[in-house]
Amino acid sequence: MMKIQLSRQALLSELREQVKDLSEQNLLACYQCGKCSAGCPSIEAMDVMPSQIIRWVQLGQIEEALKSKTIWLCAACQTCKVRCPRGVDLARIMEALRQLVLRENVDYVHPNNISEEDLEELPQIALIANFRKFTP
Amino acid sequence: MSAVELSYMPGCTLKTKAKNFETTTLKLLELLDVHARELTDWYCCGTTYSLASDNVINHLGPIRTLVKAKEAGREDLLVLCSMCYNTLRRAQELVQHDEEKRSKINEFMYEEETDFTGDEVRILHLLTLLKETVGFDRLKEKLVRDPGGLKVAGYYGCMLLRPREIAIDPVAEHPSILEDLFAACGVDSVYFPFKTECCGSYQTVNEKQVVLSRTKAITESAVKNGADLIVTSCPLCHYNLDAYQPRVAEATPGFRTIPVMYISQVLALLAGLDDVQDYNLHVVDPRPVLRARGLMGKGEPAAGGKA
Amino acid sequence: MNRIGVFVCHCGINIAGVVDIEAVKKAVAAYPGVVFARDYTYMCSEPGQDLFRKACTSGEVEGIVVASCSPRLHETTFRRTAADAGFNPYRVEIANIREQCTWVNTVDPQGATAKAIDIILSLVERTRRDESLVEAQIPVTKKALVIGAGIAGMMTALNITGSGYQVYLLDREPSIGGRMAQLSETFPTLDCAQCIFTPRMVEVGQNRDISLRTYCEVEEISGYVGNFTVKIRHKASYVDWDKCTGCGMCTDKCPTKVKSEFNMMLDDRKAIYTPFPQAVPNKVVIDSENCLYFRKGACRVCEKTCPLGAVDFEQKDWFEELEVGAIVVATGYDLYDKENIEEYRMGYSPDVIDGITFERLLSASGPTQGKLLRPSDGRVPEEIVFISCVGSRDPENHFPYCSRVCCMYTAKHAVLYKHRVPQGQAYVFYMDIRSAGKNYEEFVQRAVEEDEVMYIRGRVSRLYLDDGKIVVVGADTLSGANVEVRADMVVLSMAIRPAKGLEELARKLKIQTDANGFLAEAHPKLRPVETLSPGIFITGCAQSPKDIQDTVAQSGAAAAKVVELLSKEQLTHEPIVAFADEEICSGCGQCEQQCTFDAIELVQRRGNPATGIPDRSVAKVNEILCQGCGACIVTCPSGAMSQRNFRLEQVYSMIESFI
Repeated sequence: MMKIQLSRQALLSELREQVKDLSEQNLLACYQCGKCSAGCPSIEAMDVMPSQIIRWVQLGQIEEALKSKTIWLCAACQTCKVRCPRGVDLARIMEALRQLVLRENVDYVHPNNISEEDLEELPQIALIANFRKFTP
Repeated sequence: MSAVELSYMPGCTLKTKAKNFETTTLKLLELLDVHARELTDWYCCGTTYSLASDNVINHLGPIRTLVKAKEAGREDLLVLCSMCYNTLRRAQELVQHDEEKRSKINEFMYEEETDFTGDEVRILHLLTLLKETVGFDRLKEKLVRDPGGLKVAGYYGCMLLRPREIAIDPVAEHPSILEDLFAACGVDSVYFPFKTECCGSYQTVNEKQVVLSRTKAITESAVKNGADLIVTSCPLCHYNLDAYQPRVAEATPGFRTIPVMYISQVLALLAGLDDVQDYNLHVVDPRPVLRARGLMGKGEPAAGGKA
Repeated sequence: MNRIGVFVCHCGINIAGVVDIEAVKKAVAAYPGVVFARDYTYMCSEPGQDLFRKACTSGEVEGIVVASCSPRLHETTFRRTAADAGFNPYRVEIANIREQCTWVNTVDPQGATAKAIDIILSLVERTRRDESLVEAQIPVTKKALVIGAGIAGMMTALNITGSGYQVYLLDREPSIGGRMAQLSETFPTLDCAQCIFTPRMVEVGQNRDISLRTYCEVEEISGYVGNFTVKIRHKASYVDWDKCTGCGMCTDKCPTKVKSEFNMMLDDRKAIYTPFPQAVPNKVVIDSENCLYFRKGACRVCEKTCPLGAVDFEQKDWFEELEVGAIVVATGYDLYDKENIEEYRMGYSPDVIDGITFERLLSASGPTQGKLLRPSDGRVPEEIVFISCVGSRDPENHFPYCSRVCCMYTAKHAVLYKHRVPQGQAYVFYMDIRSAGKNYEEFVQRAVEEDEVMYIRGRVSRLYLDDGKIVVVGADTLSGANVEVRADMVVLSMAIRPAKGLEELARKLKIQTDANGFLAEAHPKLRPVETLSPGIFITGCAQSPKDIQDTVAQSGAAAAKVVELLSKEQLTHEPIVAFADEEICSGCGQCEQQCTFDAIELVQRRGNPATGIPDRSVAKVNEILCQGCGACIVTCPSGAMSQRNFRLEQVYSMIESFI
């Protein structure tokens, strides 16, 4: 289990500011009620709860959040945003975190890694959406 | 009601895997004296709306389509695909509310010489068209076939209802527009608590586990509550819910498959528009259920398909 | 007036640290009409007051200016000292050379000194034109009206009569009792609510100084503190209450069943009914919306049955005017409707209920005689889920505030459930546990450890139905897992809302409601039971959500304020009020329209044909109602409207003194 060393500097990290700017969300409004996690369709495959991702961001520990599989399992269904009692758009925070990785010119998915069979079978809408979300 | 002319944007998948959605809708609309004129120029909507605050370029696709719709001169733009609806609507809202982004986009499109303000075109989803422009009663008049006790599970998915600003039903978390539509057509809708639960969307490419578990939950709920079929409005939902069923069946003893059809496919059959549908595009063959309910026309081929 | 004395207070270093006191004194003393300019370190202190008092009694001055801090702080202090010394207090004015001078001018002492002199001299000019004013004396009607007869209203009434005053206790229901009458047990002691409550109800019913006005509504209020006239509507009950003994024979025979509001629609009552067995007064009313006679002209069985001939279908609503000196609003609460929670609606069945409905199930006199049974099929719920904060703490979609009582009543419900269903399991989905009262924390811990209530920290995303169960989809943020429970019954802690109709009542009373619809207190810390309208007080959940002990305490406070008011022989009212110069007034009526206190009316003045003056109307200010806000003066197009000791000529003189 980890121990975090907190200070004002640690909280106001550059990366946290980036997440704030990209998502345009008031990160401090989240009071960790967990309703977003409760309604998330991908929860069973996730390692960290969506509400815990935002907790990492609140604590300024962006690297922790970026280690998770969770941000890549988001389906952008917006259920979290619609149900959040504080009006926090978690979907946008997830997008911001993904962007932090992708904008380093990283491809989370690559067409080369998709099987011939899948490319035949999958409707183009699925491929476009997937590449939109997971490539820079 | 006099003839209605509107612009129409099919989106990519309606020309290929989701062809049934387009063909049945256009035929149905003709019957209703609604003429959906496909835009001569339209762009991929982008499928998912970009959520990053500075990612303006991703909005160009949908905005360009709206500009073309504006140029086509008709007030309404019909969309069928839920994802097109969502992306176009949200791009439209962005342009209307964010002056900075709007001028940036217009400037970038300087060659098109447009001063798009976002309110020139009304984006109409098929369901809203049927409810408001046509009216469910008028639709009912055109139906000739007895539903034969057909029970549907109306699957909304995410994109028609979220975020609330663009929802096609005022009660976004407890919508009834699909149920109302089918009720007006004499078709019962079953209690379907998973009707607004996400199918897994684009995770279908590289995280199939997610879609598998979602498809299982959604289809099981529909079957358990007595539905004959699931109706949807989104090609991605259709693919996920339809094509994954064999895999779910493998992993789950006792799993019962249930066909997934587009809204207009069912309405077309009720309206007696036969020989329009390509059942080969389905994985779970809907024909046995349709035949059992007396909804298949004469001359339809016997059950086949991939399932 | 030409003899003005000026005191310049140092206020420690607040004033003296910036302005040159000697220079100020010199400049002021040299001004025509100023008799002296004296300084002292703290004018508000005892020695400072002594100096001031001496000036009042010495006869050397006719008006005094105290250059010091804001009048909000010590104007009353100095005026009281003056009055005690026999000096007219309205000839004492404050020149604010602190908040409006030294506190905003710390970097420029020269400028501050010049400004201080300007301010003081302008006040000298003003004070010379002050008139001696006398406070109005208002008589007080020594009766009070309490609107709302739940625990808040009842306790207020009992406390007021305890001090010897009479009270009208009004409620729109046929009986007193309010919400507490619906409760089963109270936290943290688990006292039987009826057992502690019904004696109080009887006490109220028997108290000779309390006049009950149940099944009544407030129609109209006029008047002002000490002298209110309240018109109330007695709703037609179609039963002569003077004859009715509450024997219940009519209820037995009535063929019409209606869902019982008291039992939260879980079972039925009749169209002629008392709301619950311990009703006070114990009289029946006829619900004309459902009664067969009113709907179809048939039946009339109750009329035939009643041995005293008390049923009177011809009865009409009638009105009564009450004269009171003080009003207390204690109208209580309703629960937010669960239909508003869209994402739960998929799971609504008769077994998804709110907290008050659960109380009725628990109650020994309730629809199931206290047996915990599912409303849908009468089975015992083995797995029960309580969901906290439904509609509360939800600024995005519902209400931002915390409803305060739910954490405790949920713990209570879970404990009582376990007592009745020992083999069952209770779950509570919560965000925080607010258990700040006496013995509250211990109670909650007992629920967790002894009654094995499973507290799960996370909100519930949605509900749906499956195989006769209600599936509760939530999360446990502490362990980091989503949690699903297939419940037999779900109890929702719905947000506490002010009782229906409060906004309209507040409008009639001319008191404010806050952003969430609750009654606004005059000051959140120091004046919790008063409103900004003198003579009208508030208590209980009408003011904000709270539990019974806080309500009772607050009701004691409200009663004390009422008694304070009623105990005075006369009330005084500040005389700095508006008045109309009838010579100039043209009777245009714009001032009357502007006045938010209804203090101005147009009156007729007879003319004099001999001198050619016509009959006309002029504005007349009710000096008791006038709050001195000045709106009418600004509105008056002819300048006829003026304010005592705030006349236009005084204001002009102040301006002229420093330009």
